[in-house]
Amino acid sequence: MAVIERTQQAAAPARAGADWATRLFDLACIAVVTVLALVWIVPLAWAVDTSIKPEAATTVLPTTWFSATYTLDAYWQVLSGSAIAHWYVNSAITSALITVSTVLFASMAGYALSRVPFRGRGVVLWVILAGIMVPGQILIVPLFLEVDALHLVNTYWAVILPQVATPIAVFIFKQFFDGIPRELEDAARIDGASWFRVYRSVWLPLARPAVSAVAIFAFVWSWNNFLWPLVTVTSTSMMTIPVGLGTVQGAYGIHYAEVMGSAVLGGLPLLLVFLLFQRQIVAGIATTGLK
Amino acid sequence: MPGNVLTLSRAGGAPARSVVATGMLLPFGVLYALFLVLPSLYALVMSFFQTSLVRPGLSDFAGLDNYRQVLTSGDFWASVGHTVLFTVLTTPPLVAIALLLALLADRLRHGRWVYRLVFFAPYVLPSTVVFLIFSWMYTPGIGLIDGYLARVGGGPISWLTDPRLAMAAVVLMTVWWTLGFNFVLYLAGLQDIPRELYDAAEVDGARRWHQIWSITVPLLGRTTTLVAVLQVIASLKVFDQIYLLLGGGPNYATRPAIEYIYDVGFTSYRVGYASAVAVVFFLIVLAISAVWFRIVRRQEREA
Repeated sequence: MAVIERTQQAAAPARAGADWATRLFDLACIAVVTVLALVWIVPLAWAVDTSIKPEAATTVLPTTWFSATYTLDAYWQVLSGSAIAHWYVNSAITSALITVSTVLFASMAGYALSRVPFRGRGVVLWVILAGIMVPGQILIVPLFLEVDALHLVNTYWAVILPQVATPIAVFIFKQFFDGIPRELEDAARIDGASWFRVYRSVWLPLARPAVSAVAIFAFVWSWNNFLWPLVTVTSTSMMTIPVGLGTVQGAYGIHYAEVMGSAVLGGLPLLLVFLLFQRQIVAGIATTGLK
Repeated sequence: MPGNVLTLSRAGGAPARSVVATGMLLPFGVLYALFLVLPSLYALVMSFFQTSLVRPGLSDFAGLDNYRQVLTSGDFWASVGHTVLFTVLTTPPLVAIALLLALLADRLRHGRWVYRLVFFAPYVLPSTVVFLIFSWMYTPGIGLIDGYLARVGGGPISWLTDPRLAMAAVVLMTVWWTLGFNFVLYLAGLQDIPRELYDAAEVDGARRWHQIWSITVPLLGRTTTLVAVLQVIASLKVFDQIYLLLGGGPNYATRPAIEYIYDVGFTSYRVGYASAVAVVFFLIVLAISAVWFRIVRRQEREA
């Protein structure tokens, strides 16, 4: 944020002196980007619009945004008639546990790899970096067999544990710790504090930007993960939001208002998270290039 | 409490340090070994056996049979083809439109966050939500898109049952869904460009668009490299959108490689064969990513 403000101040005198042609150019740019932004809103607006129409009004021809009456019926139908409440709970529990464990375990590992000079560090680092190259999606088959052998199919454990093993999170923490000057650590260690205490009371607080980046991405990814819960969850009541929503279209048939109602309900928590943490999310992407 | 073990390190000696390191690495290390290293190795082993989902154990040794079958399977290469086609179709718009939008939004003095909000919001939605919305918009006759087409005398169009249109429909949906990520990367890249460069160019009387094209875009070279590489890697992993919107259809005409693994593993129960597919596909992705990275990097250096 500070960067934006600084550059804007620096740009101000130059802009003041800009002639009409350049100002017109700027206006044209803004007009184009605004039109595109309006286009971008259409799918979400259309989903909300459909969801608050009475069911009969959703299929009126010619297609229209307007309806004589509006109603929240579809939402009541979805909330009372589907297992969406279960899915919310499942998604919330699994995503929360994945996020907390990822931040905790990955920061500890990243700290050890960055700050504790032990023998074999190079090998460990290499093994973890190699894991970044392996896309999780191609491991679904052996991972399912393993979870099945552990009798964990259709449990929270099956959803959670493999998603905590994300090497990229360790890498982000290691990179972050690498960039902090050594003196800080020496100052802390003079007190005779243990490595763990130094990690907890000095390094973890320092790593706030990395913590927020990893936490937000772990949350968004685990909440949105579709393939792994699809493979490992077998009963409707254990489904997460993305997997559960994948079943509603067939269940509701041509009840478009209800389908859109569940889409809106399914997207809402993430949109709220995004609104609350917009700055951190954007900063996280900008500094780590996570995808 | 790990703290008890770790206080041993107060002496600072080498053995104590490895105790500390072990303690700090252990929680992640165990999960990593169990749920990433082990399945990777198990897949490699299974790929040489006739392992089945419905029979216990590895079953009969197959030698290179699975690999021979993968490499000669029309279905496998078709699925790789669909994945590559999807990547070729999504990468240019997702890079170019994101760059364009970022350059346009950069002209704004105030309220840039509104645009960031609008373009990035879809990215945080689950794939299923995006699928539900788009499959409703694509519905022939009564969907929003055909609704607008009807107004100008076009349509109705069966977006999801014609193989070519189906791929186009998935690409369009993906561009809407994920563009915001690249847009944010470009906005961040733009902030790193010192404004004095613009001022100098303005003194020279250079026109704005020329200035953007000849100064800003080349200076964004590193960002473009990052965006282009990340985009290709992400697109090669496509599964959700195609599986949800089309089920890999019509008639397997869009089925991506990940869905082929899913199908042979969980529908045909041939997990040994599925593992061989996974290994081969992994090597293909690795090769494409490596080559693409070199091409993009060379472009960046020459620019």
